[in-house]
Amino acid sequence: MTAATNDPVDVLIIGGGASGAAVAWSLADTRMRILCLEQGDWVKTTDFPSTGRDWEARQFGDFSVSPNRRGLPEDYPINEDDSPIKVANFNGVGGGTILYAGHFPRLHPSDFRVRSLDGVAEDWPINYETLEPYYAVNDQITGVAALEGDPSYPPKPAVMPPLPLGETGALLGGAMNKLGWHWWPSDAAINTQIYEDRAACINLGHCLSGCAQGAKATTDGTYWPKAIRARVELRTRCRVRRIETDDDRMATGAYYVDADGVERFQPAAIVILACNGIGTPRLLLNSASEQFPDGLANTSGIVGKNLMFHPYGQVRGYFDQQLDGYRGPRIGAWSMEFYETDASRGFVRGYCYQFTRGLGPVVNAVSGMADGLIPWGEGHHAAFRRLFKGSAGMVSICEDLPEEINRVTLDPTLKDSDGIPAPKITYRLGENSQKMLDHSLARGIEILKTAGAHDITVKAPMPSAGWHLLGTARMGHDPKRSVVNDWGRSHDVRNLFVVDGSVFVTAGGVNPTSTIQAIALYVADQIKSRIHNLFD
Amino acid sequence: MTKSNTAPFDDSQRETLRAIAAAMIPASEESQLPGADDPTIFDDILASTGRDTKALADALTMLHSTVSGDLSALRSAGPGTVLERFRSENGATAAIFELAISQCYYRDDRVMRAIGMEPRAPYPKGYAIERGDWSLLDPVRARGKIYRDAGEGKTA
Repeated sequence: MTAATNDPVDVLIIGGGASGAAVAWSLADTRMRILCLEQGDWVKTTDFPSTGRDWEARQFGDFSVSPNRRGLPEDYPINEDDSPIKVANFNGVGGGTILYAGHFPRLHPSDFRVRSLDGVAEDWPINYETLEPYYAVNDQITGVAALEGDPSYPPKPAVMPPLPLGETGALLGGAMNKLGWHWWPSDAAINTQIYEDRAACINLGHCLSGCAQGAKATTDGTYWPKAIRARVELRTRCRVRRIETDDDRMATGAYYVDADGVERFQPAAIVILACNGIGTPRLLLNSASEQFPDGLANTSGIVGKNLMFHPYGQVRGYFDQQLDGYRGPRIGAWSMEFYETDASRGFVRGYCYQFTRGLGPVVNAVSGMADGLIPWGEGHHAAFRRLFKGSAGMVSICEDLPEEINRVTLDPTLKDSDGIPAPKITYRLGENSQKMLDHSLARGIEILKTAGAHDITVKAPMPSAGWHLLGTARMGHDPKRSVVNDWGRSHDVRNLFVVDGSVFVTAGGVNPTSTIQAIALYVADQIKSRIHNLFD
Repeated sequence: MTKSNTAPFDDSQRETLRAIAAAMIPASEESQLPGADDPTIFDDILASTGRDTKALADALTMLHSTVSGDLSALRSAGPGTVLERFRSENGATAAIFELAISQCYYRDDRVMRAIGMEPRAPYPKGYAIERGDWSLLDPVRARGKIYRDAGEGKTA
């Protein structure tokens, strides 16, 4: 391969999203020469949809969560024909945090011991106590709004006061109290007060297409400024084609296409993958060589396998009273009532609820028509008004178990704009996940009925909610059953690390960003503490 | 150049879309609301089809052909009409029409005022939300711990 060769670096991080930013910041104090290659660009808050009158429309365009829908130069296509759940992501500095809701739960202690406790999947090689100090650091850097004392978790501090409860939270919380079920203000990566020069939330209601206020913690505004001040270099619009190795089975660097379309080789002593559950296996599989014919770091044969989403169930209802509507963060409160295993439910493991406020007028109209609640023609206006003022509901985030049949492979024909083979996902809902989804819908309906809702609708699995991309390069002690060891280093390539959602052994039933970043910080600490014998 | 001149629809496609817009969201004298075929709103629709332009153009050509150019057959969406049948047989395409039309209709100043919204972007003014009463959580606190202990200490 002919390519210009750059000056070597000590550490090459591939991906500038949630985990890449965290690992870069943590490693910066080593004074090693650290470079991050990010295929996307910086995003300007002035470009976010909520700055314009077309704020709802643009979430279906350049700020769509679907890379296939966006189709921007920095996106790569994904063949998702064989999956009922479609991938949601963002490619740019900050990665998925740019468009996430900011729901920021940790995994629970039981999530790391599913084999021991429930007889399914596998235990993690690390546990909650291992990650706890890194969760705490990450909460501080991120700025997590929370209310201390949640009985569904071990004690953890709040960095700032929680998000406002609003009319929606009070209504649904009251219903949960009537049912005797757990609920609590969500831990949120959203400022409720000015924090480290980032503004407080002003309830724009549009977290999912970028926070124009800058109140939502995205790593372009949290970790990256600190890392860059500490002399980490972040090079944008650079798409990595493959990782190269030498005869000693060590990574030597990566080939990438730069912003001008020039093919380059970046030598590095350590390579860290931070491309999440689709991008990381894609790159490993694209890095196949004579020594690694089935893909880099893949002597186990499980790179790309065990893909886990969190199947989402949605339950929405309508109320006669005025609720928060389109105002305020989409998140506000959660419930962990059905999180831990209860064998009487007919499935193992569990899910959380993320309560959600109302909808903007466009989405209210579109979803109302899709659900048959708002007609075309006569009656449209009356139905719209009836539903618009008092909409609320929840999503259930269900734990998916790892199954090798669910996987990421390389599509034989599909390529990105640089000619790099694109990923294909193959996924089907497991029986346990389906039963869990059904349970979550039934209980969700019960909650909304208790709260006084009418016109309740359900959707499961939500097709466009493939946010959480996990398990495709998992960690473990056994090189035959895992891709990286218990501190993130490849079993096969001793200077290759993975720090993103790929390393999850199981998925838990909560949003994973907090855990992904805690793992990135933990792996960075392992690299630092083992630096003198890192490659042994 | 007006917005509508920039839209990549031919005359028959444009008039078919206008008929569908009027059928989907008709004007309401009672609510003092324009229809989605209002000239200002319809120009916005034509200029805003973006990534869905080709899918819409194909569907418009098909619908125009279905009614043999007689657009009066598309002016109602009630039971037994061409549009009712189209929606039931082409749900995904109908959803594209619903998005294309709604995303412009519900950002029109007159419509936003009529549904109780200020005609503005969310940023920079934002909105107010009630902080809430955290004593609502007293029953949850009283119930106590609900997470499972997993045993074992730190692993690394």
